[in-house]
Amino acid sequence: MRLSCPICGVRDRREFYYQGDAVALERPAPEAGQAVWDAYLHVRDNPAGSRRELWQHEAGCGAWLVVERHSGSHAVTSVSLVHDRAEETGA
Amino acid sequence: MRFSGWRVIREGLTGNRGWGPHWRDPEPKPAYDALIIGGGGHGLATAYYLAKKHGLTNIAVLEKGHIGSGNIGRNTTIVRANYFLPGNSAFYSHSLKLWEGLEAELNYNVMHSQRGIINLFHSDGQRDAAVRRGNAMINQGDDAVLLDRAQLRAMLPYLDYDNARFPIYGGLYHARGGTARHDAVAWGYARGADRLGVDLLQNCEITGITIKDGAVKGVETTRGPIRAPKVGMVVAGRSSQVAALAGIRLPIESHVLQAFVTEGLKPCIDHVITFGMGHFYISQSDKGGLVFGGDLDFYASYASRGNLPAAEHVMEAGMALMPMIGRAKLLRSWGGIMDMSPDGSPIIDRTAVEGLFLNCGWCYGGFKAVPASGDCFAHLMATGEPKAEAAAFRLDRFRDGVGILDEEGSGSQHNLH
Amino acid sequence: MRIDGKGLVDRSRPVRFQFDGIGHTGFEGDTVASALLAKGVRLMGRSFKYHRPRGVLTADSAEPNALITVGRGGRQEPNVRATLQEIAPGLEARAQNAWPSLRFDAMALNDLMWPFLRAGFYYKTFMWPRGFWERLYEPIIRRAAGLGALNGDPADGRFEKAYAFCDLLVIGAGPTGLMAALTAARAGADVLLVDEDSLPGGRLNAETHLVSGVPGAGWAAAAAAELADLPNARLMTRTTVVGAYDHGTYGALERGGPDRPAETFWRIVAERVILAAGAQERMVAFADNDRPGIMTASAVRAYLNRWGVASGQRIAVFGNNDDAHRTARDLSEAGVEVAAVIDSRADATCDLADVPFHAGAVVTGTRGRLGLRQITVKTDRGIREIDADCLAVSGGWNPTVHLSCHMNARPGWRADIAAFVPTAGSVPGMVAAGACAGDFSTAACLRAGQEAAREALGDLGQHVPPAAPLPKTEDTPYRIKPLWSVPGKGRAWLDFQNDVSVKDVAQAAAENFRSVEHMKRYTTQGMATDQGKTSNVAALAVLAEVTGREIPETGTTTFRPPYTTVSVAAFGAGGQGAGFAPERRITSHGAAVARGAPMIEAGLWRRHSYFPQTQENHWRQSCDREVAYVRQAVGVCDVSTLGKIDVQGPDAAAFLDVVYSNRMSTLAPGRVRYGLMLREDGFVMDDGTAARLGPEHFLLTATTAAAGLVMRHLEFVHQAHCPRLDLRLMSVTEHWAQFAVAGPGARALLNDLLDDPVDAEAWAFMACGPVTIGGVAARLFRISFSGEHAYEIAVPARYGESLFTTLVRRAEAMGGGAYGVEALNVLRIEKGHITHAEMDGRTTASDLGLERMISGQKDCIGKTMAARPGLVAEDRGQLVGIRPAGGDVSLSAGAHLFDRGAAVGRETSRGHVTSVAFSPTLGHHIALGLVAGGRGRIGDTMRLVDHMRGVDVMVEICAPVFVDPDGSRLRG
Repeated sequence: MRLSCPICGVRDRREFYYQGDAVALERPAPEAGQAVWDAYLHVRDNPAGSRRELWQHEAGCGAWLVVERHSGSHAVTSVSLVHDRAEETGA
Repeated sequence: MRFSGWRVIREGLTGNRGWGPHWRDPEPKPAYDALIIGGGGHGLATAYYLAKKHGLTNIAVLEKGHIGSGNIGRNTTIVRANYFLPGNSAFYSHSLKLWEGLEAELNYNVMHSQRGIINLFHSDGQRDAAVRRGNAMINQGDDAVLLDRAQLRAMLPYLDYDNARFPIYGGLYHARGGTARHDAVAWGYARGADRLGVDLLQNCEITGITIKDGAVKGVETTRGPIRAPKVGMVVAGRSSQVAALAGIRLPIESHVLQAFVTEGLKPCIDHVITFGMGHFYISQSDKGGLVFGGDLDFYASYASRGNLPAAEHVMEAGMALMPMIGRAKLLRSWGGIMDMSPDGSPIIDRTAVEGLFLNCGWCYGGFKAVPASGDCFAHLMATGEPKAEAAAFRLDRFRDGVGILDEEGSGSQHNLH
Repeated sequence: MRIDGKGLVDRSRPVRFQFDGIGHTGFEGDTVASALLAKGVRLMGRSFKYHRPRGVLTADSAEPNALITVGRGGRQEPNVRATLQEIAPGLEARAQNAWPSLRFDAMALNDLMWPFLRAGFYYKTFMWPRGFWERLYEPIIRRAAGLGALNGDPADGRFEKAYAFCDLLVIGAGPTGLMAALTAARAGADVLLVDEDSLPGGRLNAETHLVSGVPGAGWAAAAAAELADLPNARLMTRTTVVGAYDHGTYGALERGGPDRPAETFWRIVAERVILAAGAQERMVAFADNDRPGIMTASAVRAYLNRWGVASGQRIAVFGNNDDAHRTARDLSEAGVEVAAVIDSRADATCDLADVPFHAGAVVTGTRGRLGLRQITVKTDRGIREIDADCLAVSGGWNPTVHLSCHMNARPGWRADIAAFVPTAGSVPGMVAAGACAGDFSTAACLRAGQEAAREALGDLGQHVPPAAPLPKTEDTPYRIKPLWSVPGKGRAWLDFQNDVSVKDVAQAAAENFRSVEHMKRYTTQGMATDQGKTSNVAALAVLAEVTGREIPETGTTTFRPPYTTVSVAAFGAGGQGAGFAPERRITSHGAAVARGAPMIEAGLWRRHSYFPQTQENHWRQSCDREVAYVRQAVGVCDVSTLGKIDVQGPDAAAFLDVVYSNRMSTLAPGRVRYGLMLREDGFVMDDGTAARLGPEHFLLTATTAAAGLVMRHLEFVHQAHCPRLDLRLMSVTEHWAQFAVAGPGARALLNDLLDDPVDAEAWAFMACGPVTIGGVAARLFRISFSGEHAYEIAVPARYGESLFTTLVRRAEAMGGGAYGVEALNVLRIEKGHITHAEMDGRTTASDLGLERMISGQKDCIGKTMAARPGLVAEDRGQLVGIRPAGGDVSLSAGAHLFDRGAAVGRETSRGHVTSVAFSPTLGHHIALGLVAGGRGRIGDTMRLVDHMRGVDVMVEICAPVFVDPDGSRLRG
């Protein structure tokens, strides 16, 4: 398995750390309530298909990445920097 | 037909013409008293105990492929009761007791082999953790013995004691742990359930769950609609997809775990050995293959196949622990789809839909749980109340934080186990 | 029998080797199988279940029968295919799975018992009496099962791993692969061509037809030579691609030789792949089709043409397709007697003069206990017995589809060739070509290879040259009429190694194991070392027939990696011994070892456990002495393994408020603060300190165990949750060597060394700042893990060893000295400081008595979830101190705690002991533990039980700080 880091280029899976669903980017407000926090931290769509997920190029540049990947074929359709996305949304 | 040595001999003398189907292939009825979605180990065991203990025989197991085609046939076959958190230890203890009577119960040789499990430790801190675990096992009424290095060396002379990267300090020995023939467990429960009247419906995929006024009414399948007032979902890695048919989202992420077997070899490993520092565990099947595995590939997947980094790491761990297996040849690798829960422990519970029950979250440890999971899920479906041994496996424990069962201590968020 | 003038082995180079203690001579280029066949040795193995005598079936890696053991000691290798093992001087090969000898095997008794040992018999018996399974049945079954043996010696020999990258990977160097590689390499692509065989050419080496007017083997050699001359092409022989993985990654095993590693496991990354793996000939099932001397027709041809060996003196040929006739023709032309050609097709013709030909006939039985003697043939004119010592069988060809199925794709059925072929697109970037895709003539293979290469060049965005004229060669159409099994009495074998017969498959179906996966698992069909390469399709056809289904509808089992077996030593190369994980060493490692300190594990680090002195013979003596150094004089300890994270930027302080539960932004420059980090789920992740080195500069510490985790977490929180905060994070753990200098004499010791001495006022507890020592810029922190007046001094790592030695020497002069992690642990338990024994991943700040560390004034990671009802419950385990009730007794970490008088059991356990030490300061054992509602139980007596170590004592629950609870020593 190989991923293309937007900063470093295509690298082996061994260089990357997998975190899980990209929903982890959408941190609720502290007062959002138990259900929202439960949904944020625990409940998952877990699709058998295209997923948005978080990886870190841990053994490379350290960048956190949003990877769109198919959970059946493992085909990767896009990789972008978490940092860019977070800045765009004004987080 | 009752299986026995005499029967084997009698059939052998008469041309083996008397063997009949181990289970029927019935046509689906329009309605049942209860449906089990998923014809894997847990689903078949549930059906068996529903019929056997609760008298619910007008029930069916719905299986998308053929029975036993999921993780029950794709694991490393380890059976143990060595958990230490109270909510877990009671359950697995119950399960091991059911294992110990399973051949007699099912009249099927599942080859449950109590050859003993040894968990190795490699530091003082790990020894203390092993002691805590061993004490919890004894407190639970199970067995555990702390082995020092010398005792271990006498039992397992082939481990690398002298050059290992992680020196071996000792091991926690669980004599009643062992292995079983995985397929036979599925087949034994299937035959047992079938003989009690349960319909096993193969090639019957769920396409919808019918819910009315907050209660389940039945399911849509590729073999037509089937009505039932109670439906249990027991589909492991596919739990999220089936639950979605009922509009339910689960605290589950599906991952791939690889396992491996070598070519057949004369007996050389007599126990189950686990090597925590390498995420490695190994035993030798009765056929002679070394069966071993490691950690998750560690990315979400439904592909039931893995990649090289995880596979290589497993082999490297094997070489680190017991270099005498170096000349054994890997024959086959496979991947199972693991229904990973946030805290690494399972869920056996009701759902918000009346009559719809959930059994999932077995992570990479579901095989040994099969008998108790079936027993407890059957109890829940039949009575509506959790059986004491599985009462801790609540679905909403993550929301309120009550009774989180983080056996590994790595957290109660996804992808930490 | 060796045939003069035939074969590619070097007759000028004889090679001596042994098989089962008997010396043989072959030639360079021989395999064990070809050399033995040349000597007339047909019996080479015994089957798995019935121990039936078996000879070699194939001439390649799929061989199910001729498995041998080679080597001795750490080089003993079981289950070696005699068909792949090249002979070498001194090679010692032995038969396996037979006792006392290959010719007379006692376990062959099983074969007489076969009516009772049919498919799945073991699921129906051995159940009574309970307990006999482990004691009687299973040991017998285990001893009978298995093939070769491991001898318990650690694997010896060089095993390696390597990476390779290429534009185009061509798998298989037969006509298709060679043509593909030539086409792509001539066009300039970076090409890697790999082949399992020691000789490139594939079937060209085993056939007699001409390519471009020269023998096929010659054409192949020339093609290989041209590739060798091209700088952009590589040819790897003895290399099997064993697995197709994601994103163009392939695993491959290279077999080595005397001057090269024994085996190398390759990870090959390729943009495009041409699968030119050829095809595998299959057998026909008929009664007793397994005797030594019965072989695939293509193998008989290969032994003749490649190795110059006649597999028998009088050879019969049996087939259902035209290809079988080639064997008869080649044998006949080489002067070997062909006893008969038997073709199951009624309309078949045979153009060989002087060869008895039977069309519309089948072989129904065979004779010969340890080797074939006679076959029984059923023709339309009746039954005939034909004497033959070798029978060449062709049931048709199966394309080698395996790699195309490694990503879960199923192959498609082609009725015209009665075989499965790869499904297009089954592995991204891979196309199958040639025989592997069902094109069986040499001309079709060359064409397909060229075409596939041109397509790949286009996909790669490289120049696609016009199609060059192809070499002229045979283009015989492949004609077959399926014949899977010959009806009749007796056992007709499918899986030769696992002894699965047509009857077993039929019985499985009768018992409703009708799904192909069920049949496989119930009968063990296809689960042998060849993974069904020689038998699966036939077994599937038999299953289809007995269940009244078509073959495609019956389905296939799944092909999974590896394609051929891979030794654990090669797949796990590098893992043996210390190679399994990197070892991190502190700068004082050498100095500590020189002082006799045992170096113990701490994550990947090695740390000094204690520093023994000559009169000490137990670690406790050393540890107690080292504790006393710190409590009474001064001690020095290397604490460099703590994670150090540099945080710099205008928003560094604001960021730390997000990741620490307590507030860090109010910390003044020149000060240090203890900090707690939570996971988002509200449990404690780690603790450490934050030192503010400047307004925009912090240095954080993390525990040794959690340093990597914390770094990753900080990067995530920054990039994901607060990307607008302007700061950078850098792990500087390795950059700085850091030493604790602890004890009443700590300041005096430091002031002996520092360029400018420190004083109590400027360097109060929790101060930090730059200092110089011998002109070297260093950092000093007035922090303490021991509870004593203490500092940690950090210097660039290159000065670490020197500083450590100097500090220890000075400390010794002051009545102190070095202390190790054993003493460090005692000191921290005395002071009630926690480590990951207490922060075990399940504890909250409140459990650890640190609830006030969660600031009420701000949000932080984990704060919301830490407020969940389950995390604030009163009956949770809470940190307490534990000491013996009454006189000193030994306490035990991992012991459980019970109420006084309560029974010992799961329900009554109230908690457990996390850390234990003998406190030399107090003169008795002390411990920390987590007890349900523990803070409310201070002063209670409880029962401590450790079944593992046989400890059962009464203890008193106390506050978790045993020494200097008011901190006066710390601040003084």
